[in-house]
Amino acid sequence: MLLAQATPGSFDTLLQQLGNGIAMGSVYALIAVGYTMVYGVLQLINFAHGEVYMLGAYYSYWPARWLGYVPDAGEKPSVPLYIVGLLFVAAMSACALTGMLIERLAYRPLRKASRLAALITAIGVSLLLQNLAQMAFSADPRGYPQLVQQTSVQLGPIALANTKLIIIAVAAIMMTGLHLFVQHTRPGSAMRAVSFDMRTARLMGVNVNRTIAMTFAIGSIMAAVAGMLVAMDQPRLTPMMGLMAGLKAFVAAVLGGIGSIPGAALGGLLLGVLEALVGWQKPEYTEAVAFAVLIVVLLVKPTGLLGKTGREKV
Amino acid sequence: MAETVLELEGINVFYGAIHALRDVSLCVNAGEVVTLIGANGAGKTTTLATICGLMRPKSGSVKYNGADIARAQTHELVAQGLVMAPEGRGIFPNLTVDENLRIGAYARRDKPAVAADLAHAYEIFPRLSERKRQKGGTLSGGEQQMLAIARALMSAPKLLLLDEPSLGLAPLIVQTIFATIDRINKQGVTILLVEQNANIALKHSHRAYVIEAGRVDIEGDSAQLRNDPRVKAAYLGEG
Repeated sequence: MLLAQATPGSFDTLLQQLGNGIAMGSVYALIAVGYTMVYGVLQLINFAHGEVYMLGAYYSYWPARWLGYVPDAGEKPSVPLYIVGLLFVAAMSACALTGMLIERLAYRPLRKASRLAALITAIGVSLLLQNLAQMAFSADPRGYPQLVQQTSVQLGPIALANTKLIIIAVAAIMMTGLHLFVQHTRPGSAMRAVSFDMRTARLMGVNVNRTIAMTFAIGSIMAAVAGMLVAMDQPRLTPMMGLMAGLKAFVAAVLGGIGSIPGAALGGLLLGVLEALVGWQKPEYTEAVAFAVLIVVLLVKPTGLLGKTGREKV
Repeated sequence: MAETVLELEGINVFYGAIHALRDVSLCVNAGEVVTLIGANGAGKTTTLATICGLMRPKSGSVKYNGADIARAQTHELVAQGLVMAPEGRGIFPNLTVDENLRIGAYARRDKPAVAADLAHAYEIFPRLSERKRQKGGTLSGGEQQMLAIARALMSAPKLLLLDEPSLGLAPLIVQTIFATIDRINKQGVTILLVEQNANIALKHSHRAYVIEAGRVDIEGDSAQLRNDPRVKAAYLGEG
């Protein structure tokens, strides 16, 4: 990882940290939309979503390795762009299938059960996937091939790794695309209808089961992209990497207002920047920021920044 | 005799341990307005929910155009023209009137026909046309009911199920709504209407079923039922 080293607490370090914070926040945003969309349609916190992000990284690692792109291969020539693209497609498709499978096997049978039962199941699925990943991939950290040669890009006073700029750019494109999809397409309007009122959506001819499966697929695709982008920036994969990332993205979704896609984007960026600011002064407290934010939001404004204040559906 | 569009035969429906519908049989013929009247909790809404696939009967058959639909999915039925405007209206409060109507046409892919039906809906309900860009949640109760019916029409129904269209509305508005129901029926839509307001429902229907405690108690021509002493005493507040 390329980080311009400057003395902690200086102004240049602040700018530097803000840059890193925006990149990290973009990752949170990509994961957070998965939480927020699933909550929107099912009022369920899908705690297994962090694991889908982890799998996104592994799903691209294995085909890359199979193609001969091994981590730490020294001076190996850079990976052709179309291969990187194909790896993205592979990770996105595999995660979409994983997400739909989780919904089909774990959540759909509980559609009419209490929300608590579904929530506990979600935690169970999360643990299951972590352990399955440890069995399948081993608990040892793995390196990740340099799909893009890491360089440092000088932007005025700060230097950002090109992989961080890629994270920001790709996340911005994905989030904009998602917003357009939800607001302006037929399946998008079905998603909105289901999240407003599942019963009425059904009466309008919306195939609710298919719409819910699609919601999981889209959330998982976003998480897959996040997983791969992070692996390209910080090439260290572990089966547990989804835990903290997932929790923080969940906090981002709550901060922005759970159920709101623009809220997830805003919450992700804010959390990333906030972590960076704390890290600028007190690096040892960085990991606590998300949890402090969660507590404050739940106490002060449980609906989040852009969340609906209206009545709760029963 | 017109052909039968909808036929329920001996259906039994349960909510958990509660036996909500007992051996309910009824039929609706093409072109008719049939009403289901009865007290609160008698099973009228349950009957509609069972017809449109939101609830499953434990026994008995539900036939739509001759085909058994007791296990069909609601969205498939909508595509076949069996459409319900739900009780409590189910308006999407955060969508505009126009968006609400367009979602009604969700299952249809023939864009020109949808556009024509949208124009037609605004023609039937000029009030909605005035409020096109307003959010559904800001409409009055009567306007929301009009929107619910207009939205159901956007699904191109052949059989329209209306659940308590008069609920919570002022008498004058109720008159307007029922005049519109007559008009929709004359344009060729068969209607099954659930109402607590037996008086107006019997005036605006061809045949009626009276449901009590989950059973069909009385059935017959609406004009006859209006003079039936039992109906008069129990539901029309006379006698």
